[in-house]
Amino acid sequence: MDARVKPAPAKSAQPVRRFARMNVIADTSMIAVEGVNVEVVERGSGSPLLFLHPGIGIERTAPVLDHLARGVRVIAPSHPGFGRSELPRWMNSVDDLSYFYLDLMEALDLRDVTLVGVSLGGWIAAAIAVKSTARLARLVLANPLGIKVGDRETRDIADIFALTDDELNALTYFDPKVGQRDYKAMADADVMVAARNREALARFAWSPFMHDPKLKHRLHRIRIPTLILWGAADRIASEAYGRAYGAAIPGARFETIERAGHFPHVEQPELFAQRVLAFAAAP
Amino acid sequence: MRVYQFTEQPYPPAWDDHNGSLRVNLPNRKVDPRIAADLFHRYYDEWLLADELGLDIMINEHHQTATCMCAAAIVPLSILARQTRRARLLVLGYPIGHRPDPLRCAEELSTIDVVSRGRLDMGFIKGVPYEFPCSNQNPVGVMDRFWEAHDFILKAMTTQDGPFNWEGEFFHYRQVNIWPRPWQQPHPPIWSTTGSRNNARVLGERGYVMATLGTGYSTRVLYDAYREGYVSKGRKAPAADRFAYLGLVAVAHDEAEAHRRGDLVAGYLRTGAIVHVPFRNPPGFLSVEDNTRLLKGQSPPRTRAKDGRVVDMRACSVQDLIEAGVLFCGTPDQVYQQIVEFCEYCGGMGNLLMMGHGGRLSHDDTADNLTLFAREVLPRLQEYKQPVAEAPAAA
Repeated sequence: MDARVKPAPAKSAQPVRRFARMNVIADTSMIAVEGVNVEVVERGSGSPLLFLHPGIGIERTAPVLDHLARGVRVIAPSHPGFGRSELPRWMNSVDDLSYFYLDLMEALDLRDVTLVGVSLGGWIAAAIAVKSTARLARLVLANPLGIKVGDRETRDIADIFALTDDELNALTYFDPKVGQRDYKAMADADVMVAARNREALARFAWSPFMHDPKLKHRLHRIRIPTLILWGAADRIASEAYGRAYGAAIPGARFETIERAGHFPHVEQPELFAQRVLAFAAAP
Repeated sequence: MRVYQFTEQPYPPAWDDHNGSLRVNLPNRKVDPRIAADLFHRYYDEWLLADELGLDIMINEHHQTATCMCAAAIVPLSILARQTRRARLLVLGYPIGHRPDPLRCAEELSTIDVVSRGRLDMGFIKGVPYEFPCSNQNPVGVMDRFWEAHDFILKAMTTQDGPFNWEGEFFHYRQVNIWPRPWQQPHPPIWSTTGSRNNARVLGERGYVMATLGTGYSTRVLYDAYREGYVSKGRKAPAADRFAYLGLVAVAHDEAEAHRRGDLVAGYLRTGAIVHVPFRNPPGFLSVEDNTRLLKGQSPPRTRAKDGRVVDMRACSVQDLIEAGVLFCGTPDQVYQQIVEFCEYCGGMGNLLMMGHGGRLSHDDTADNLTLFAREVLPRLQEYKQPVAEAPAAA
């Protein structure tokens, strides 16, 4: 293993630095990459699949991780600032996150990675792939954000911070009830994660809103097999936006997932995993 | 004690037809520029009257709102720097964490200080949550941006030996050398506002004038946090002139008439929070810990009356507002007593930011309010000997 990697001291012992009081359980660990401690779920075996979550974060109990782990070794970190992962003070852009994950793949010596990202995670994945595909075999972008398609007065991506929870859920999900949360019934630690996720999303994507003006012009550099998955009921961004994304990546396939909105891995986890694994296994 | 006349420069004609939001997204077709012009001139006239009466002047700005038409505090500052003769001009404040260009802030404020011949009090503020969708500055990390802007402005105002270089986290300049430099040396007095104990302590450490707005009989804990910060730097307890309080004021010879005016001024409180829900708490405006408590349904600290009762400022009676120390209202004797009682409770409060106009209070009522206050209350407040609290109040 690369000398810079400091794995959390066994998966049961004292975890690292700032999260010293946190229980690290089962297949969830803290790892340090270039001094930044992040929470990572690892499950399954075989070729590596790096899963990059959207702005709502990823819970270790998310069904999609189990479905994916039937075919591959899933590595699902919480981005710096999200979940229980540290946030270095200097990190404030998706570009920073993309370099962080290039470091993470190097630190874990991941090769022939299937890189999967949803929404914000799709944006990060694209920002990684335009820099280097040396460790990547395939790229799956699910309802990715991160590019500007329309003119300056056209809002490509819903202004989620100007919406009530009900309005946001109606635009996000095929079934808006999926997005409802009863925070009063949740453990404080989980509510704090939700609060951290919301703040971290704004830190990385407040302005330019949910995109990098340069990214569209760099997507041509991605020369690995790429699949755009699109939850068909998404109204955070339109299907035309997703198709424009795919059109900018040479040879990218575009597939829709029905009965799912902006987070198809949440609303159709099994189908989502099937599509990803089929794409990852294709010759 | 100094008393600063303040109005938010509201546009009440739009208050009855707002569809749940007076700020950010209320379409501006609801403002008639002709009526707005009349109102602006009226408010400036009332500040000129305040100057004649021996009162000082406070100006602020908000954005995209019928609660406060003034979106650029530099405009009334400029007019009043030239047209007033003696009043201190407090801007509370410049939302420097939002501004794209702190160099411009330093130039504007220095010029105002010079034109007014050293009458500027320079307030720097974080801004209310609803300002972020307007400015589009990231609410996450806004205080880091605020303090860098603050450091830059002071450096620009106090550097007299030629251009300096600034390559910070947020702002970049290579040849900074503002003209003119400020009249007051080393720079105009710095003020700020807060509602949090942590920030109050920081302001105390720096020794800046700290204002709280409408905090009533919940103010003392903030003042005590300031005192802790102030003495932690090796100073004696802060004098009353380090503290400011924004209170509504309605005075009349007849108590019933004063209460009628108080009810009109309180229109400010009843409209200030009418804003589309998502704009009330942008991500990062509150800490993760505070947001966690909010999501769990725990309410933030509330304004309390003298007897500890929680008072809802947006809906309560004039009498409740008086008992909460939010509104000073009655005959001149009563108003004097209420303010003195509040100062004693605070352990010293030397700057009353007097909302002598608010809501739909007419010009005639406002002029009478200011005149009566200046003639019959202000002289006694100027004579009043403030306490200087050394220790926190008993809980």
